[in-house]
Amino acid sequence: MPEMASAQALDTFPRLLMDHAQVRGDKPAMREKDLGIWQCWTWHEVAEEVRALACGLAEMGFKRGDNLAIVGENRPRMYMMMTAAQCLGGVPLPLYQDAVANEMLFVLLDAEVRFIFVEDQEQVDKVLEIQTQLPQLEHLLYDDPRGMRHYTLPFIHDIRELMAMGRIHNRNHPDLLTREVAVGASDDVSVMLYTSGTTGKPKGVRLTHHAFISAARGGADFDQLTADEDILSYLPMAWVGDHLFSFAQAMVTGFTINCPESAETVMTDLREIGPTYYFAPPRVFENLLTQVMIRMEDASLVKQKMFHLFMAVARRSGAEILDGQPVSAVDRLLYALGNVFVFGPLKNVLGMSRIRVAYTAGAAIGPDLFRFYRSIGINLKQLYGQTETCAYVCLQPDGQIKFDSVGKPAPGVEVKIADNGEILVRGPMLLKEYYKRPDATAEAINADGYFMTGDAGIFDDDGHLKIIDRAKDVGKLANGAMYAPNYIENKLKFFPHIKEAVVFGDQRKMVCAFINIDIGAVGNWAERRGIAYSGYTDLAAKPEVYGLIQECIEQVNGELLGEGALADSQIHRFLILHKELDPDDDELTRTRKVRRGFVAEKYAVLIDALYSGRNSQFIETVVKFEDGRQGKVAADLVIRDLKTFAIAGRAA
Amino acid sequence: MSRQIGEVILDLKNVSLAFGGVKALTDISFDVREHEIRAIIGPNGAGKSSMLNVINGVYRPQQGEIILRGQHFSKMNPFKAAKAGISRTFQNIALFKGMNVIDNLMTGRNLKIRSNLIQQAFWWGPARREELAHRAKVEQVIDFLEIQHIRKTPVGRLPYGLQKRVDLGRALAMEPSILLLDEPMAGMNVEEKQDMCRFILDVNDQFGTTIVLIEHDMAVVMDISDRVVVLDYGRKIGDGDPDEVRASPEVISAYLGASH
Repeated sequence: MPEMASAQALDTFPRLLMDHAQVRGDKPAMREKDLGIWQCWTWHEVAEEVRALACGLAEMGFKRGDNLAIVGENRPRMYMMMTAAQCLGGVPLPLYQDAVANEMLFVLLDAEVRFIFVEDQEQVDKVLEIQTQLPQLEHLLYDDPRGMRHYTLPFIHDIRELMAMGRIHNRNHPDLLTREVAVGASDDVSVMLYTSGTTGKPKGVRLTHHAFISAARGGADFDQLTADEDILSYLPMAWVGDHLFSFAQAMVTGFTINCPESAETVMTDLREIGPTYYFAPPRVFENLLTQVMIRMEDASLVKQKMFHLFMAVARRSGAEILDGQPVSAVDRLLYALGNVFVFGPLKNVLGMSRIRVAYTAGAAIGPDLFRFYRSIGINLKQLYGQTETCAYVCLQPDGQIKFDSVGKPAPGVEVKIADNGEILVRGPMLLKEYYKRPDATAEAINADGYFMTGDAGIFDDDGHLKIIDRAKDVGKLANGAMYAPNYIENKLKFFPHIKEAVVFGDQRKMVCAFINIDIGAVGNWAERRGIAYSGYTDLAAKPEVYGLIQECIEQVNGELLGEGALADSQIHRFLILHKELDPDDDELTRTRKVRRGFVAEKYAVLIDALYSGRNSQFIETVVKFEDGRQGKVAADLVIRDLKTFAIAGRAA
Repeated sequence: MSRQIGEVILDLKNVSLAFGGVKALTDISFDVREHEIRAIIGPNGAGKSSMLNVINGVYRPQQGEIILRGQHFSKMNPFKAAKAGISRTFQNIALFKGMNVIDNLMTGRNLKIRSNLIQQAFWWGPARREELAHRAKVEQVIDFLEIQHIRKTPVGRLPYGLQKRVDLGRALAMEPSILLLDEPMAGMNVEEKQDMCRFILDVNDQFGTTIVLIEHDMAVVMDISDRVVVLDYGRKIGDGDPDEVRASPEVISAYLGASH
């Protein structure tokens, strides 16, 4: 390939962009749906817009080393702004767009942000809400002019003004940008991503061009990604996964990123684009499957029969066919028929007809869920990584897929397991440092240069890494048996009716659980049975719903019995929470992971009730609504005992 | 504010309307100025919807006249009203339930379509170009109201709050100069109401559309309207800016019941 010759010099993102603009200037780099029509930017156009943005920033006084906060949904100009900041030696700092103003405040202060680029009026309002507490803030730029007519504050600018200014600046100083890009070095920080803060205050993770380009190139070579891939960019830009897949890999390979029209249209956009390379957290795959199952229940009898018939074939041999293993001729024939009648149309509806490689990560995926997608012919694989490692540690090689592992160490990455079971990694993709936190950096990277992931894992006989839990979460029951809460919760969450589960058991004599039902799936189930309900709290308290959930948990107990060390972790008692766990109430992180400690503290009364043998417990909880107001939800929660199975060879 | 309230654009003079012996409206006069948000409030049965129906010609008043941009109409009818740039939404949503959102909004463009049935059936040449232009306008409305995700959903399958929004969308697709809204927020939850308020203010602000609305939620009315007319049993008992109306003893007694 021609660009390989100059690969030596392509060691920063701005240089990669300039190269694409030359090598494949007319090829689409970004698309976004606007007014119902997909608009396209070629690499050449992207480079021109980045130039205008960067020159505009320079004109406004943006300097080498400055942090530039970016807040908004995935839009082409947001991605372009990242490169624009990088061109000048600045550091883009994407923030979660659904964070409330006060959550943003910490990061904006910590990073001493002078420039903020936001998507729209909503985000401008958030910044204005905390503006008095941001003494360093100098310029607030926005992308979407809608509703902005009456904002006359002098430091708020339309991005179009900035670009117009940039174009003039570029005419007057034509070499400035080229010079700035030439000054950039591959070990400069290319992006700063804040960790979601499951533990303590968020920390700014500083990653270099070299780290992200190594991770992106390693992953792209591993899966033979080409410039012809299409990817849908819909996950938060502040998340390392999106930065790797939608930004770094696109920049490295030159493929096309597609931005959805709005957060609500992602499903439709997915269908229209038909990505060839797709990334989604398990939650998305789970929601899709739940929707499919709900719709199948409503389908005609013939369709249902056909679906179940061919799904049985797929379960039996679909994954094996995908992995190229031997399968009987009859099953091959049946699978081919199934592909025509069921899998093909289903993949089409899901927008997955063209997928070559799909990845999931971020949380453990239920084996049955994973198997479902692979069995209908979608090459879904798992990977493992953190913000600190550019989301790049382990990848599952094609044809060597194990449902309970995250694959082998990725090219260029060294992985080893510490004595306490913690996974340690080393390689070019490691973070440079935590921003202004040398103490945390020293704590996270040991003397040998290994990063301590905080996850507990084991290598199996084939060299595949298996993640058990967070190292600090793995505990012991009162009788000394191993207790891995996430592992149990993930088993529970695989049921479509259970949206969230929190189990307790560390240092206790038995395991108990809080359950959040999935209002969509359970609501549908209740409708079908003519059970009337007024909302989440009411539905969650129905005895029929308790019965339904009880069956699910008892099934998990049966499974746990068969898993040796974990047989003691069978769940003895449970309750269904009266409200959904919500990031707005600090119960989940923005990436929707349960904040175990916080939940345990907030609902201490309920935990007491679970362990003291009571049959019900009254609770009143303050909840925050989306508009920031507060309300109260109160309920008398029922607690139920569960059937557990006696462990063989031990007196019951 | 860049929005400048202009001259009187719609003037109602001594309007009376009766159904048989029932007097729905008695001798009502009020005016609407260009670019303003004018609210009509009153208890149930006060004649609010009748008033709106008189303005766009669904009901024909026995007495009185309507002056629209200096033009006198003693006999208004819905077609004339629409031609004159008045569009409306309905208290009980009147959309085509089996049609999708785009098609419903396209019906709002009906008056502006020039090609005839046969040309449209063949969808060729000018007819096709024209439809594309109208569709582009409809897409702008969709973008404005943030309903991209339901573009192709049949309206009957949408929740009530969204149907209301589509109803507003159809009225906007006409590019009206005067928009009549009949209880745009009835039956909505707080969040939906907030959204709807924002849309109404945005329409008024961005397109300069004059808005006449009926609403029961007092907080909303007092917040967003420039002037308020109060009706009670078909009579006008108050007229003025929100603060004046709120302070008027007659209005208080009609709403809260007088202490006799």
